[in-house]
Amino acid sequence: MKRYSAFAIAREALRHHEGWERAWRSPEPKARYDVVIVGAGGHGLATAYWLGKNHGITNIAVIEKGWLGGGNTGRNTTIIRSNYLQDPSAAIYEKSRSLYETMSQDLNYNVMFSPRGVMMLAQTQHEVRGYRRTAHANALQGVATEFISPQRVKELCPIMNIDGPRYPVLGALWQPRGGTARHDAVAWGYARACSDMGMDIIQKCEVTGIRREGGKVTAVETTKGEIGCGKLGIVVAGHSGELAEMAGFRLPIESVSLQALVSEPIKPCMDVVVMANTVHGYMSQSDKGEMVIGGGADGFNNYTQRGSFHHIEETVRALVETFPMISRLKMLRQWGGIVDMTGDRSPILSKTPVEGVFVNCGWGTGGFKAIPGSGWAMAELMAKGHAPLADAFSLDRFREGRFIDESVAAGVAH
Amino acid sequence: MLLLTCPACGVAADETELAPGGEAHLTRVGPDGDDASFEGYLFQRANPRGVHFERWRHVYGCGKWFHAARDTATLEVFGTYSAQTTAPPDDILDKIKARRPGWEGNA
Ligand SMILES: Cc1cc2nc3c(=O)[nH]c(=O)nc-3n(C[C@H](O)[C@H](O)[C@H](O)COP(=O)(O)OP(=O)(O)OC[C@H]3O[C@@H](n4cnc5c(N)ncnc54)[C@H](O)[C@@H]3O)c2cc1C
Ligand SMILES: [Zn+2]
Repeated sequence: MKRYSAFAIAREALRHHEGWERAWRSPEPKARYDVVIVGAGGHGLATAYWLGKNHGITNIAVIEKGWLGGGNTGRNTTIIRSNYLQDPSAAIYEKSRSLYETMSQDLNYNVMFSPRGVMMLAQTQHEVRGYRRTAHANALQGVATEFISPQRVKELCPIMNIDGPRYPVLGALWQPRGGTARHDAVAWGYARACSDMGMDIIQKCEVTGIRREGGKVTAVETTKGEIGCGKLGIVVAGHSGELAEMAGFRLPIESVSLQALVSEPIKPCMDVVVMANTVHGYMSQSDKGEMVIGGGADGFNNYTQRGSFHHIEETVRALVETFPMISRLKMLRQWGGIVDMTGDRSPILSKTPVEGVFVNCGWGTGGFKAIPGSGWAMAELMAKGHAPLADAFSLDRFREGRFIDESVAAGVAH
Repeated sequence: MLLLTCPACGVAADETELAPGGEAHLTRVGPDGDDASFEGYLFQRANPRGVHFERWRHVYGCGKWFHAARDTATLEVFGTYSAQTTAPPDDILDKIKARRPGWEGNA
């Protein structure tokens, strides 16, 4: 692989940009791999990447029914933070956030990580107490957050109306090292690095069945034929229920649509990420100048990648009260992604009833931030059978009542 | 916008008038159930991409619960029916089979 660098740009400028090579190969599948990963979203690709980097396993295929990064990884609003409440969450999300800091260097691919700071507004007394509690928990977990005053909120984000009659801002949970990154670049950067290690990324290839013998996985059936595997990682977000059915088990997951929208681009006016959980809305400004807006998920099972208009209306209506200046913005695009929701709003990284089959799912509305850490933990789980960052998120937690309740931290879709 | 006709009061309601209640016809497990069946009842869901039987409540209307049969991949509604039943009625199943010839029911 030719490395990207300032020198490479100069070199290519001098020869009409004819020397750039394709970022990843597009091979036909081999008959068998040591590991097959289903789903070339961020989590699937990061799993493959760390299997190679940390565990020396590179005979891997990542199989994708559409194009890589075309699922939720390319549809999300890219908020990165680690201010969760429970210890297992803090551990995996903080690992992930810290891996984002060095990702561009690690992958030699600019993922535009921008640690601009994330604030979660407290707009009710209940939220004030909740976020103070989270700030204390984060202090014990070594995650740098603080509860800040309304005045500080206004300083950090002057376009905000902090004393609106309905939703006055009473303070905020502030994580200065949170931020955003370029979602496509995360998928592309991992894909390039995986391909460079010799792994095969097979796009436009849908997994349609999972072959087992004696309770153990042997192969996947795909639209490009059968592909044998030693181990199988199912990393398909909203489609986890379908893949689990192919493997003969059920998951505690329901798939619903989550939407986002962006405005026309405007001059820089906001250099932090703001989330308002009471009113179910959040907003940041992209490097192109668009206001990126997200809100609540639909409540009913849905695989259509489009959602109900009234959610958009509710989100925008609420945000206009807190950010009066956006009331005249035109919205350019709106879209949806199918998110995989668990009852305790925490992910599942786990072995399954089928030997050799592992699942990584349940990231729901908030898994972009977790991509590098989740891949790290999933790779260790698949290579060694257990992993410190993953063990608490196993499937038996539902049977055993060991929930990792993040319904407050994940109260709004993000 | 999803439109469902509430079988209790007959109103054709749009989804802002309704609250979704998740998968229908789950078999309740009592104190004598084992851990696995309790886990299945409480947490595990079919979550199909296709025909889905589900519960809804006409919250901003008559307040009653009811059932709906719907396709999660196309948002087509096959019909709604009373909450007072533990399985989808035959006329609903016939409608589904007419529209989805290969459909064999949710495992
Ligand atoms: C609107 C929206 C906003 C969001 N905002 C944020 C945010 O601000 N911050 C945050 O942290 N998270 C956010 N999220 C959540 C985040 O996007 C997801 O948790 C994350 O991207 C999941 O990544 P993934 O790799 O697991 O899934 P995906 O990126 O969805 O990848 C799964 C892949 O599996 C493929 N697949 C499915 N079935 C098959 C099959 N049978 N065979 C082969 N391939 C298959 C799919 O095509 C897909 O490409 C948001 C999500 C949405 C929808
Ligand atoms: Zn009614």
